[in-house]
Order: sequence, then C-alpha cells, then structure tokens
Amino acid sequence: MKAKIIITLKSGVLDPQGKAIESALKGLGFAGVSDVRQGKEIELKLDETDEAAARAKAEEMCKKLLANPVMENYAIEIMA
Amino acid sequence: MNPVVIVFPASNCDRDVAVALEQATGKPPAMVWHGETELPDTDFIVLPGGFSYGDYLRCGAMASKSPVMETVIAKAKAGTPVLGICNGFQILCETGLLPGVLLRNANLNFVCRTVTCRVDDAQSMFTSGFTAGQYVDFPVAHHDGNYFADDATLDRLEGESRIPFRYVDNPNGSSRSIAGVINETGSVLGLMPHPERAISPLLGGIDGAAFFRGVLEATA
Repeated sequence: MKAKIIITLKSGVLDPQGKAIESALKGLGFAGVSDVRQGKEIELKLDETDEAAARAKAEEMCKKLLANPVMENYAIEIMA
Repeated sequence: MNPVVIVFPASNCDRDVAVALEQATGKPPAMVWHGETELPDTDFIVLPGGFSYGDYLRCGAMASKSPVMETVIAKAKAGTPVLGICNGFQILCETGLLPGVLLRNANLNFVCRTVTCRVDDAQSMFTSGFTAGQYVDFPVAHHDGNYFADDATLDRLEGESRIPFRYVDNPNGSSRSIAGVINETGSVLGLMPHPERAISPLLGGIDGAAFFRGVLEATA
C-alpha cells in the first residue's frame, strides 16, 4: 500500500517561508492572498496489505521521525 | 576530565570544539562517530555544530535517531553533562532532552556574525565561568536558530532559571531572545552561539575560553 503523509505547521508557529511566499505572490500581482503556510508531503510504499496495519505503521513513523509534535501536525492518507 | 565529542555526517564544528576542549583540559577529547553504540568512559558529552544529514527533514531530526544517541540520551538521563552547540542544540530538542524546537530564522537570513549575549543565570554549571548580568560575545552561524516553545513552556523555563544566555540584539526572532536553554536537572545545555569559535584573541574573542574553563571546572 502507499501512504501519503501531509505535515503542516501548527497554528501559532511562525512560518517565515510562508510569509516570504505570500509577499512574492503579492509582488506578482496576486491580490487578496493571506495566511500562506508551507508544509511538506512525504510519500512512501509499505509492504502491507491491510489498510489499518499500514496506517498504524505510518502513524508510528510520524511519531518517531517524520513530524515534530512541538511544531507540526500530520495527516495520513493510505492508498492501495 | 574525559570529554567526548560526537561526530555526525556533516558535523563541521567538531574539530573546533575539540581544540576548545583541549585548551581547557590539556588533552584532546575522544571523537566518537555517530554510528557507534558505545561511548568511552566520559564525564562530558558534546554534540557539535554543523549540518548533520544536510538538515534534511528537520534540523537535527535524523541525527537525533543515530545509533550513538541512544547511549547519549541514557547517559544524559543518568546525569552526565551534555552540551549541544548550534546543530547540537537542534539535535537535543529533537531527542526531547530539551523542550521546544529551533525554527527557521524569522528574517529568513542565514546569520553569521558575533552577537552579544547576557548571562541571565550564573547558577548553572554551564555559566560558572561568568557572573549573572555579564555580557559575553560569541559568534553565531545558523539558518534555524529561532527558538520556539509554547508560552507555558517558556514561562516554566523562565520561572526555573533555565535560560542561561539571551541575545541582547535578537538575530533570529528567537522567543524571548533565548540563545540557550538547560534541562530540568541543569545537566544539559543547548546553545545556539558558538563559544568554541571565541577561544583566542586571534579568533576575535576569548569569552568562549572562559565558558569552557568554567564548564569543565564545574564538572570536574
């Protein structure tokens, strides 16, 4: 199975990169843009056939390495 | 004193800190590769600055899971003093030995210059070379030194006198101008500036030499 993990900064955590992107978008003439936040997406293949088992494994990976709970949230999507 | 310096892939201040330790103790420290699982007999562990694992994923994240770190964490929990400088500070936060995290600098600039820090707490073993209220000059060189923790954590750090060094002119947006943080028991320090780069007038300053002398005398 495949897992897609979306990692985002928690609200309240300063995101200077998001701010820089926002100001670049405004510089390009895109009006009405606000609250730009940058995150990351990690895709991986798992040798699992059971969706719940795949999700549990991805969850453990997030807790141990992929996300830092001090500043990040994560969401896991499991696909066949 | 038997200091140990842990060397990660892309550590780049390991030799500088070895020179600083040798200056303070009179003998070179043991250098231990991150893939080791055992440490030689030691009473002081240093995680040096650098860009371990190319700062991939998050600064310090991969290094914090290196084989040697299990031993470092166990020794830290048993009371062996640990100093993490710059990337070493980021690694200590990722292990959970220190609270909070180091975010990208608020102004997005890589900041590389000498900054003045105020010694806010001279009770800790890491500030025994200084007096409270003293101003010291250390170089900084980082892209991710913006210390972040929730307000409750920051209040606790302040209440427990666990912020030994603060920037006078905050170079990176760090919460409450924090340059360094110590753990609950006072035996682990994470420090963003580089005292090992200020150990000789030839390098532009000697406040770092006083830092290492103080630490090593306090832990001896």
